[in-house]
Amino acid sequence: MTTLPSTLHNGLSRGWVELLQFARDKTAMIFTFSFPAILLILFGVIFGNEYNDAGVNAAQIFSASMIAYGIVSTAFITMGIGIAVDREDGTLKRLRGTPVTATAYFIGKWIFVATVSLLEVAVLLAIGVFGFDMRLPGDAGSWWTFAWLFVLSVISCTLLGIAASSLVRHARTAGAILNVPVVALQFLSGIFIHPITQLPDWMITLASVFPVKWIGQGFRSVFLPDSMTRFEAGGAWELGRIALALGAWCVAGLILSLMTFRWTGRRDG
Amino acid sequence: MKAIEVRGLRKAYGGRDAVAGIDLSVPAGEVFALLGPNGAGKTTTVEILEGHRRRDAGDVRVLETDPASAGRAWRARIGIVLQTATDAAELTVTEMVRHVAGFYPRPRPVAEVIDMVGLTDKAKARIRSLSGGQRRRVDVALGVVGRPDVLFLDEPTTGFDPAARRQFWDLIRAQAREGTTIVLTTHYLDEAEALADRLAVISAGRIVAEGTPAGLGGRATAEATVRWDGHTETTADPADLIVKLSAEGADLSRLTVTRPTLEDTYLTLIGEKR
Repeated sequence: MTTLPSTLHNGLSRGWVELLQFARDKTAMIFTFSFPAILLILFGVIFGNEYNDAGVNAAQIFSASMIAYGIVSTAFITMGIGIAVDREDGTLKRLRGTPVTATAYFIGKWIFVATVSLLEVAVLLAIGVFGFDMRLPGDAGSWWTFAWLFVLSVISCTLLGIAASSLVRHARTAGAILNVPVVALQFLSGIFIHPITQLPDWMITLASVFPVKWIGQGFRSVFLPDSMTRFEAGGAWELGRIALALGAWCVAGLILSLMTFRWTGRRDG
Repeated sequence: MKAIEVRGLRKAYGGRDAVAGIDLSVPAGEVFALLGPNGAGKTTTVEILEGHRRRDAGDVRVLETDPASAGRAWRARIGIVLQTATDAAELTVTEMVRHVAGFYPRPRPVAEVIDMVGLTDKAKARIRSLSGGQRRRVDVALGVVGRPDVLFLDEPTTGFDPAARRQFWDLIRAQAREGTTIVLTTHYLDEAEALADRLAVISAGRIVAEGTPAGLGGRATAEATVRWDGHTETTADPADLIVKLSAEGADLSRLTVTRPTLEDTYLTLIGEKR
């Protein structure tokens, strides 16, 4: 018998089809890209030149922080809604009847989410650079931080999105349900509020449990001068701790998603 | 060789038996229909055979493999035609068929499959833009593109108009001619009669009769009712009776000979009064 196409081959094929469908669904595409962009423009214009003391204005700070929101909303929410939709429209049932493995399906999802997140980050950076005079770092070290931060952020949020999708019964309510923790965490984690130190200690402690605070802090470390560390909860960028927290969430997300993922919906059972 | 062997299959949901001990045996190359009213356990049975659902008890072999523990190689040998899927709406017919074909070790050529289901002039159309019947043809194309040895169809023509049903039946017959074993469920008698080599009637989770469409429930050997000129007689051998009547010079201008229809037999089997 001829050999079966590999899981990687099937995963790449899934990724391509996911991207193709997303690109053709204009509503989803425009909404996904414009929402964080509009928030950034609003925050940037409203807070404009506040906290200008370190040579960095509020708009530039929000440009860095908002990357965290862009990644969380594309990776976590797009993933959570996407799986609920796939369960409802028959995508998962169809794949379950073919030689496609769950791993191939998730490789496809990750390719899709990573590509869309990268484009999202590019849009936000373009707004920051051209709209608010944000400076892109010139050293390789900062871009290396950017790279591992991006990969860990997308992986952890994607896996948590898979786990969250099991809490969603219907695709049409998925967006509403998943947005609640995401938006709440943006406030707790100092993405919509700057500096994070003006939040009560218990809020910062609570936010430190979740990935969003660490993702935002990480991207601020890439795009803001080191003098800005005095506005961070720990008084430093804490890159080691960021890597540790996000790495732990990747592991937790993997375990949770393996435990909760189902090919079919609850009501089919 | 048997394509499917089922012994003592059971499945309960919340304490209620959906499938209450079913035995089935389908030889390779046969078109087999599971006929029964809604809620009889047809879909549950088929989903267990497809490997979509776990069973509570019994022994199941599809292509000599237990679907509950079967791997990718087994899935490459079965085909499933989904009924209510609305996936891949933004892809074109060709894109989706090519995508799914890529999962199999020796798929049929994409254009050939699309032609087989009669969608050549829709090959570049988005699936979203297709009619309900065309959409189901895409599902058939996706079910057969991997050259399955066994093809499953669960109530494939529900909601079709009569012309679309007949076209769909031709499509299934073409698959059968290629030697594919076909298992379909239906609650349409004419569909079972038109397509199946053999059928089983399932009611309340049990098989209540099994046979060819013509012989089901002793239908072929049941006594015939002969009516002529205001008289009615039931007999095992209507030919003899008619020869006798003819010799007697009876008025046979409005002679009728009837046996129980498949519908009569079916309704008796599932316990509905006619």
